Amino acid sequence: MVRFLKRSYIYLVFAFLYMPIAVLMVYSFNDSRSRGVWGGFTLRWYVELFQDRTIMSSLYSTMFIGVTSAIIATIIGTLAAIGIHNSRGIQKRLIMNITYLPVLNPEIVTAISLMILFVFANVRLGYLTLLLAHITFNIPYVILSVLPKLRQLNKHLYEAALDLGSTPVQALWKVIIPEIMPGIITGLLLAFTLSIDDFVISFFTTGSGVSTLSITIYSMARRGINPKINALSTIMFTFVLLLLIVVNVRQAREEKKGRNGRHGSKKQIRSFDAKFGDA
Amino acid sequence: MKRSSLFPYVIWMTLFIVVPMFLVLYYAFTVPTDTGATWSLENFHRFFEPIYLRVLGRSLRLAVISTVICFVIGYPAAMVMAGNAFSRKNVILLLFVVPMWMNFLLRTYAWLTLLERNGVINVLLTSLRLPRLNILYTESAVVLGMVYNFLPFMVLPIYSVLSKIDKGVIEAAGDLGANSFRVFTKVVFPLSLPGVVSGVTMVFMPALTTFVISRLLGGGQFTLIGNLIEQQFLVVGDWGFGSAISVVMIVLILLSMAIMSFFEGEEKSVALW
Amino acid sequence: MSEIIVDLKSVSKVYDETVALDGINLYIRKNEFVTLLGPSGCGKTTTLRLIGGFEQPTEGKILFEGKDISTLPPYKRRVNTVFQRYALFSHLDVFENIAFGLRIKKLSEKVIQEKVGKMLEQVNLTGFEKRDVNSLSGGQQQRVAIARALVNEPEVLLLDEPLAALDLKLRREMQHELKSMQKQLGITFVFVTHDQEEALSMSDTVVVMKDGRIQQIGTPVDIYNEPTNSFVADFIGESNIVDGIMRKDFLVDFGGSSFDCVDKGFGADEPVDVVIRPEDLVLIPAENAKLTGTVSSVTFLGVHYEMLVEADDGISWLVHSTLMEPVGTRVGLGLEPMDIHIMRKVSAG
Repeated sequence: MVRFLKRSYIYLVFAFLYMPIAVLMVYSFNDSRSRGVWGGFTLRWYVELFQDRTIMSSLYSTMFIGVTSAIIATIIGTLAAIGIHNSRGIQKRLIMNITYLPVLNPEIVTAISLMILFVFANVRLGYLTLLLAHITFNIPYVILSVLPKLRQLNKHLYEAALDLGSTPVQALWKVIIPEIMPGIITGLLLAFTLSIDDFVISFFTTGSGVSTLSITIYSMARRGINPKINALSTIMFTFVLLLLIVVNVRQAREEKKGRNGRHGSKKQIRSFDAKFGDA
Repeated sequence: MKRSSLFPYVIWMTLFIVVPMFLVLYYAFTVPTDTGATWSLENFHRFFEPIYLRVLGRSLRLAVISTVICFVIGYPAAMVMAGNAFSRKNVILLLFVVPMWMNFLLRTYAWLTLLERNGVINVLLTSLRLPRLNILYTESAVVLGMVYNFLPFMVLPIYSVLSKIDKGVIEAAGDLGANSFRVFTKVVFPLSLPGVVSGVTMVFMPALTTFVISRLLGGGQFTLIGNLIEQQFLVVGDWGFGSAISVVMIVLILLSMAIMSFFEGEEKSVALW
Repeated sequence: MSEIIVDLKSVSKVYDETVALDGINLYIRKNEFVTLLGPSGCGKTTTLRLIGGFEQPTEGKILFEGKDISTLPPYKRRVNTVFQRYALFSHLDVFENIAFGLRIKKLSEKVIQEKVGKMLEQVNLTGFEKRDVNSLSGGQQQRVAIARALVNEPEVLLLDEPLAALDLKLRREMQHELKSMQKQLGITFVFVTHDQEEALSMSDTVVVMKDGRIQQIGTPVDIYNEPTNSFVADFIGESNIVDGIMRKDFLVDFGGSSFDCVDKGFGADEPVDVVIRPEDLVLIPAENAKLTGTVSSVTFLGVHYEMLVEADDGISWLVHSTLMEPVGTRVGLGLEPMDIHIMRKVSAG
């Protein structure tokens, strides 16, 4: 009985969380502009969605910025994590505090500070500034994904590589980087997700003509309800859901394979945590 | 060799984090003159005019209300999820997290459909011959949007702390004669405090600084501190005043984090992780 | 005697303010099994890391076959290391771990296959080529670590407490295996441990260290029988160490009586440490003995009994004997002059 009540409570919370999304999805097939009325099934909004050049071009921008910023942030962040891991004392603490700054700062503050910088430095707001801003807020998350992996490493691993004849550069590429690869991948995916999900920072650092999906949605939603957004939501939600299922099934399979497979699910939750750090 | 890998990052962070922060401070503490700018506290003085203090008050009030609601709903949910009511905990956790992967704006937008005058909820209510609910573009809608968006931030840290509590501790408390209510108040809740603290911080901070939720669900009639900043930068163009408000906001957040870490005791000073 | 391969000349190592090594001199011969023994913080691992090239001496020189290698990086030294907790590359399988050094040297695939195959055979891991190193047991990981180092045919193999993580039985087995491997390959082994039994059973030469200084260098038998000071005596095996006064050559006072001994060269009435091994004390009737006391505890240890005898002057003597007297019995303790080891007091630090 108690168990039943407990379960019902969770289902109620789930209903609260999923209901808006479900309604959005159902109404994306509704052949009527008005919300309350069901005008029959249609794919009209999907057709219109793909014909909407604003949405399509912002989708392209989102993907481009997401992929590029994630890759650059991962490279800088991974190198930085290795450097931080090997530094000590005040230097380390100072760098870590600066790293936490964009994570802890309200997004809007990061956003306006970058906007001021770009305008101040006379950089035209647009693709470039968007990219710079996204790399900036992504790097700390890459660092925070890679650092724990470095801490788990046997501290003699680097020395072992040198001992076996590698130069320091070889040791880095042939041993350290491969050993922390899971952390790097987590960081990359996290950076990509954060980038495509971002609204606030993009909103302030973009210029006329360049718009990400989030910005387009915002300007459409500000004008009220638009069934094309429903169609877009449905597609995005399905995409995310499929992605998560694939990732989880893959991890479950790896867990069965390897003996220390537990890392998989923990890593998953950790990256969720990290995502929450941001909204 | 390994230390030098820090260089790109240090340069990047100086350029894009440290310098911008100083620029914000510079704009906050100066006012433009004919020849350039001069140091002044005028921007801060302006913020303490009643009209802006009211905005600050409203922001704080809505953020506190949302945080309390999130806590009241979230703590029991975290407890149930950490307990043994479900056999497949990972799946439940995943289900809880999935909506969060949906774009933040779409999630907020979804409530427009539900709350509209002719929206789903009202159609339902009318068909049941109940009075309509007209909360869209009111404070309630803004709070609802905050709770909806930030609830998982409350639940997950609490869940992760609760699920790590050694079952032996709870059994020991029971063994020492505590009933389940006292086990909760004397053992479980105190042990879960670090999670509560990060949960509260993680809800309160974005709730205080949001401008999207208030703009979409408040219809622009409810200026919050975030909206005020947005307007200064994107509409009015008064960077000095906008920067000053940002500085006030950062101070507020540092203050609340300090209070939080005081409650948390000696645990961790930066407890978002 | 065979030639010297590694030679440390007044080597010091200082980290920030702490002195890890204080001017040590040590040479290691070819094909020797040398053990650096001492409590944690004694400088033994630092010495090993200096030879390996992971640290550079603050002062002094390290010679390898007569050439100064003090500042040579590890990847240019003909020395390989078996690390504490092995430091295996978990992203590579067993074969690739062992092949790592050969691949860095860009040897041909055929040579690599052949050498690694032979090495696997040597460490009894044939058939494990494709295994994930994390799925191996501690002993197997240990073998991979040894194979990974030995396949590079180093002149000197450095082993940093390689057996510390293994359970007792496995450790014994590995001790034998390492010893026979060293004999068979004819490679110089420098072995670091804090376990005196391990040091005594495996080594040709034992180097006892404390506080960054070498206390004694010698064969295991010498170190055990003729410890140079009370620290070595106490660290190697169990000992009774009591205060005494050297009256003159061959005569020492302790425990309220004078005893003949075999040591000389101390100042008249010089305070000294008197070291007596518990197995050198024999139980005799109290009336015939210079040392007397009451048995206060008896523990049966399988081969012998361990007894504590409380003397009247407050000294408690540890006695190992195959005979046993019950607790409370008044006994005498007999000993031979050659079992009394006289040592100068160790100065502080």
